Amino acid sequence: MLLRRLWDHDLAWSFRRSPVTVVAALLTLVCVGGAALAPWLAPQDPFNMAGLDLNNAFLPPAWSESGRAAFFLGTDNQGRDILSTIMHGARVSLVVGLASVLLAMFLGVSLGLISGYFGGRIDAFIMRVADIQLSFPAILIALLIDGVTRIALSAEAHDATAIAVLVVSIGLSKWVDYARTVRGSTLVEKNREYVQAARVIGRRPLAILLSHVLPNVMGPVLVIATINIGIAIITEATLSFLGVGVPATTPSLGTLIRVGNEFLYSGEWWITVFPGAALVVLVLSVNLLGDWLRDALNPKLR
Amino acid sequence: MRKLLFAVLALCSLAANAVNLRWAAQNDILTLDPHSQNHATTHSILQYTYEGLTRYTKDYKIEPALATSWKQLSDTVWRFELRKGVKFHDGSPFTADDVVFSFGRIKQPQGTNQVYVTGVNEVKKIDDYTVEFVLAGPTPILLRNIVDFRIMSRGWAEKNRSQNVQDYAKKEEIFASRNTNGTGPYIIKSWEPDKQIVLTVNKGWWGKLDGNVTDVVYTPIKSDQTRMSALLSGDVDLVTDVPTQDVDRLRKDGKLKVLDGHEVRTIFIGMDQNRDELQYSNVKGKNPFKDVRVRKAMNMAVDREAIRRVTMRGLSIPAGIMIAPGVHGYSKQIDIVQKYDPAGAKKLLAEAGYPDGFEFTLDCPNNRYVNDEKICQALVAMWAKAGIRARLNSMPFANFIPKILKFDTSAYMLGWGVATFDGLYTLQSLVRTKTTGADGSFNLGRISNPKLDNTIDAIKIATDPKARDALLKEGLETTRDEAYYVPLHHQMRPWVMKKGVSISYSPDDRPQARFATVK
Repeated sequence: MLLRRLWDHDLAWSFRRSPVTVVAALLTLVCVGGAALAPWLAPQDPFNMAGLDLNNAFLPPAWSESGRAAFFLGTDNQGRDILSTIMHGARVSLVVGLASVLLAMFLGVSLGLISGYFGGRIDAFIMRVADIQLSFPAILIALLIDGVTRIALSAEAHDATAIAVLVVSIGLSKWVDYARTVRGSTLVEKNREYVQAARVIGRRPLAILLSHVLPNVMGPVLVIATINIGIAIITEATLSFLGVGVPATTPSLGTLIRVGNEFLYSGEWWITVFPGAALVVLVLSVNLLGDWLRDALNPKLR
Repeated sequence: MRKLLFAVLALCSLAANAVNLRWAAQNDILTLDPHSQNHATTHSILQYTYEGLTRYTKDYKIEPALATSWKQLSDTVWRFELRKGVKFHDGSPFTADDVVFSFGRIKQPQGTNQVYVTGVNEVKKIDDYTVEFVLAGPTPILLRNIVDFRIMSRGWAEKNRSQNVQDYAKKEEIFASRNTNGTGPYIIKSWEPDKQIVLTVNKGWWGKLDGNVTDVVYTPIKSDQTRMSALLSGDVDLVTDVPTQDVDRLRKDGKLKVLDGHEVRTIFIGMDQNRDELQYSNVKGKNPFKDVRVRKAMNMAVDREAIRRVTMRGLSIPAGIMIAPGVHGYSKQIDIVQKYDPAGAKKLLAEAGYPDGFEFTLDCPNNRYVNDEKICQALVAMWAKAGIRARLNSMPFANFIPKILKFDTSAYMLGWGVATFDGLYTLQSLVRTKTTGADGSFNLGRISNPKLDNTIDAIKIATDPKARDALLKEGLETTRDEAYYVPLHHQMRPWVMKKGVSISYSPDDRPQARFATVK
C-alpha cells in the first residue's frame, strides 16, 4: 500500500521521468554505500599497519603493464591500495559534508524562524550579522576558525578534533542561506489565518513556530540542504588539500588528493587522479539530485 | 614574486657584467645576527657576509680566512696572526678587537652558537693583528670548530646598540638582526622575510672569487611543487631542496643538471633508555628499550634496502653506524648494515620476554629531513610485522624539538649532521652521558655507559692521531653493537641546476656562490 502510494507520488513520477536523475541517484547510492560499508567491502584495511608492505608501493592500476589484480587502482607510496583508501576517505568526506550541512541547517532555520516571526530589533540584529557573514567567503571563515583552534589546541588535540573543527567551520559559514530563506517564508506564513488562529487560542510562540510554521517552510530548506552537501564536501576537500583539514592519518578525499599531488611530476598519476575522480563523481551526482529536487518542488515549474 | 624577480633581473642587467645566481630552497633564514641561531639555512646565507678565522676549501680542508696563520704555543694556547688590510663592508678596518668582541658576543647565553667555541676559555688580544685562544684542554679540532665562529665589527655593533646577541626565543629584534656588516665576499642588500634575500659582490673583498657570480638572489619556496616549477620555468638557476621522487625525471631533462652528493647527516631512531617504565606504552613496570635484545630487534625489523629503493628512490646510503662517509672516523669496515630479519627480531623479542611484542609512540618530525614522515610510516609498518606496534605521532619540527628536548618521548626520529666533519661531534652529542654543555646535548634517550664515556673523553684530548682514530673506532663500534640507536641511512641531497651553472657540492648542504660559475 505504502509502496504504491510512494510510486504514484508527484515526486516519484518526476524522478522516473528524468534519466539523468536516476543515474545520479544510482551513483550517489554507490558512493554512499561504498563509503558506509568500506570496512567490510574494501579489499584492504589501509590503517592496519601490519598489512602494509613497502615493496608493494607505487604499483600502477591493474590494467597497466606492471599492475597487479589485487590492487585495482594501484597503490600509494606506502603500499596502500588506492581503491581502499578512496572508500575510507569518502567516509570522512561524507560525514563532514552531512554533519556540517545539518549544523548549518539547524542554526539557519532556528535563526530564520526567530528573525521572521518576532521581527523588530531581533530581526534587524540577526539579519545584519548575516550580511556581515555574507561578505566573507566561506573558505575564509573556515580557515579563520581552523587557525584559531590550531593555536588554542595542541597539535595532538587538534588532530583528534580535526573533523569536529571542520564541521563547525563549514557549518558556521553556511547558515546564512537557510536563515534568509526561512525568514522570508516565515514572514509570509505568520500572517496566514492558521497562525493567527493558533495565536488566538493562546498557543505559545515556540509551539507555533515548531508545529505550525516550521513544516510549511521546510520545502526550500531541503533543496538548499541537498545542494549544500555538495558544496560542503568540496569545501572540506579544499581545506584538506590546503593542509588545514583532516590529518593524513585519517585521510579524506581532499587529503588523498593533496598527498598524491606530490607524485604527479614523477609520473605516479594514479595516486591523485583516482581520489580526484571519486570526488567529482560524488559531488556531481549529489548536485544533480539537488537540482532535480529544486525543480520538482518548485510550483512555478510544474 | 615573479614580477619582483624580473624587476631585480632588469636592474641587475643594467650593471656591466652582472652575473646572477638565483637560488631557491625550502626555508627562509631566521635572522641576520650571525651569533644568534645555530640553524643550517641561516648559516648558509650568513657565511657569504660574515667570515671566521678559518674556512673550508672546496674539498673541506681547513684554510686561512681572517687569520693568515696559527701556531700552537702549548696544548692549551693557540696564537693566530690576523689578516691585515681587511675592511668591513662599512669601510672600517678589521682588527683583533673585533675577534675579542665577537667571542664575548657568541658566548652570550641567549644565542645557540656557543658550540663553535667549545673548549675556548678566553680570547686575548696580543696586538692589533694577533690574538691568542686559551683553551680548557687540548682541542685537536679547534680549527674546524671555529669556521662558524663569525666575526662582527665591534665599532659597528656598539654604534648600533647591538653588542648583545638577539634573543630570538623572545622574538627580540635588534639592529644586527636586520642589518649586516661583515668582511665576506658578498653584501646582503636586502632581506624580505619569506620572500627573498638579495646579495651583491663585495668589490673590496680581500680574497679572490673562484667563479663569476656578482649577484645572488635567494628565494625560499616552501612548497615542493612550486619550487620545482620555478626551476623548470627558468625563474631560478639552482634548487637545493629537491623532492626525491622528482630526481629521476629531472635527470632526463636536457636543460638541467643534477649534482649528486651525500650530506654528512645520518638519520636514526632514538629510544628512551633511562625511565624505569616506558611512557606512552602498554608495558607496565619496565622499559623494554633498556634491554639490548629489544633494541637489536628494533634494528633487525627495519628493511633499510626497501626504504632506500622505494621511499628514498635510491637517494640514501643504508647505515650501520652513526656517522656518514666523509666524516673523520668513518670506514666501510665498521659501517655494517643490520640485515633485515623480521623472524629473528620476533625471536629476540620473545627471549626478552615480549612474545606478543609491545606498544609505544614514535615521535616524528614532518618537515625537517628528506621524506621524514614517510620513513616513519614505513617503519611503523615494518615493526608491526615483528609484533612491535608503534603509534606514529608526527608534527612540525618546531613542535617536535621542544618536546624531545624535555625527554618527553619514548622513541623519536632525528638526523645528526656533523658540522665539524669529525666523529667526536656525534659521539659527544648523542652517546656521552648527559652533563652540562656539549656532553650529551642531544642524548635524548639518556644513554649512559661509563666505559664509553671514558673512551669519548679520551678522544677529546687525544693528540696522537693514530691513538685517536682507534678510540673513535671503538666508540662507534660500541654504539653499534649495543644498538643504542637504530641508524637508518645517510641522507643524499642532490642539487639541481640549469646546465649553465657549475658549482662544487658541499656535504653540509651550503652552496658557496664564490665557487659558482654561471654562463
